[in-house]
Amino acid sequence: MTDFFAMHGYGAYIWTAYGVFFVVLLADALAPLRQRRRTLAELRGRLQREAARDTLSKSALPRSGS
Amino acid sequence: MKPGTTRAACVALLRRDLTLIWRRRGDALNPLLFSIIVVALFPFALGPEQATLARIAAGTIFVALLLASLLSLDMLFRSDLEDGSLEQLVLSPHPLSLLLACKIAIHWLTTTLPLIVIAPLLAQMLYLPDTVLPVLLIALALATPLLSLIGSVCVALTVGMRRSGMLLTLLVLPLIVPALIFGAGACNAAQAGLPFTAPLLWLGAWLVLALVLAPLAAAAALKISLT
Amino acid sequence: MNPLLLWFHKLGSPPYFYRLAGRFLPWLYAIALITGAIGLYGGLVVAPADYQQHDSFRIIYVHVPCAWMSLFVYAFMAANGFVALVWRIKLSEVLAMASAPIGAAFTFITLVTGSVWGKPTWGTWWTWDARLTSELVLLFLYFGVIGLYSAIEDTRQAARAAAFLALVGVVNLPIVHYSVNWWNTLHQAQTVSLMGQSKMDASMLWPLLTLAFATHVYFFASLLTRSRVALLGLESGKEWVRALVNARTGGRQ
Repeated sequence: MTDFFAMHGYGAYIWTAYGVFFVVLLADALAPLRQRRRTLAELRGRLQREAARDTLSKSALPRSGS
Repeated sequence: MKPGTTRAACVALLRRDLTLIWRRRGDALNPLLFSIIVVALFPFALGPEQATLARIAAGTIFVALLLASLLSLDMLFRSDLEDGSLEQLVLSPHPLSLLLACKIAIHWLTTTLPLIVIAPLLAQMLYLPDTVLPVLLIALALATPLLSLIGSVCVALTVGMRRSGMLLTLLVLPLIVPALIFGAGACNAAQAGLPFTAPLLWLGAWLVLALVLAPLAAAAALKISLT
Repeated sequence: MNPLLLWFHKLGSPPYFYRLAGRFLPWLYAIALITGAIGLYGGLVVAPADYQQHDSFRIIYVHVPCAWMSLFVYAFMAANGFVALVWRIKLSEVLAMASAPIGAAFTFITLVTGSVWGKPTWGTWWTWDARLTSELVLLFLYFGVIGLYSAIEDTRQAARAAAFLALVGVVNLPIVHYSVNWWNTLHQAQTVSLMGQSKMDASMLWPLLTLAFATHVYFFASLLTRSRVALLGLESGKEWVRALVNARTGGRQ
């Protein structure tokens, strides 16, 4: 097992290269998920604001009419 | 009102641009000063030995002149955008690519040609061998119009932005790498006593290609960024 | 209309694409992970050490697939950019812009792994080797596309401008590659080629091809994820996005 990780002395180079490969691709895979959460939160907030405004204007209308 | 001929439009545009530049002729000195200062910094950094400086002279002059004309590229459409005449150009019935080609030609003649004129002075400052000087001038005469043409496409893409300086550099530099390689490469080959016609011919071929394609591309890019 | 063309038109509609991509995504990620794991096992364990470069050649299994991907993604981005500019299809704009960061990531990996590989092979971290230099220029092109896209405020206009830049880059890339090759032969003798001109043995080749396949699948998975998010933002005023957000909020309460 240690032989495998040592790679006959080239271990440091090989594992650095593979590490960069995985870390960069993992960051690439996670970035859209974070973006997605942010977009959805923003959209949800906007919808809630719109809903609140709708109920407000509905309840306000009869009073201003009377 | 009937629009005039395309030739008349081009002549009017050329005359207008030349007048505008003549009124602000002090600005034309800035790129010259910039390139002289950049070249003057190299002996301070590397030491005054003639051999060292002569070795890097051609490349340094090339890079300094490319950067200097890159800095002035930003101004290609700036004032036209601010006073609204750029939109008039886009709306005019004449082919936009031809009008842009006129503007690019004026820009090259007024900002980059003076840089080529002072190139012999820069060459003296860095002890460039006299035999290499003609090659350097030919290479610059072929490479700087390329920069103006390719740069104009990128300027057209960034035209609406307030601070486009850094971004423009990022867009233009990778595209201009071959011009630098062939231009400075021809000088280095001449300095080493090797044949130098091949890179110059490549530069020329690329310049012809850019002369045809770049105004069309700049027109298309300008339409994208002004809609 | 012929059914294939009809399906193509349907695919261009954002809600349909969003749903279809959502259905494919888990499969794509699963395939990419499984083939990637098989390829890595083959490359790190099964493949014999190279007689010249010993174990350091194993970096090939991440370096070369990423190098292939950096070019493939650029071609994909430019093709989508072309479609976006000529036919003004919104989905193509989204796909082109979503592929730019993935391509930049692959190019970055290519450069870093090439540099790490260069240390034991050439003795230096960086060599102005023709292929590495071309990759560096390619990375700058990707950065230019991303930078232009994020600098313009109107998303659709930004996508069209950046797509145009990508197309200009396509015209330029062969010239860059040719000039870099010429410059490289002028300045230094031929360096040791990373790939080697000799044929690879089958036991060394199959992990490479498996990993190339895995990275392609991964690219499409990441591309679809990014496009889905971009579509949500782009179509935020539309009814289908509204319904989707409402359904998600309802499910959570």
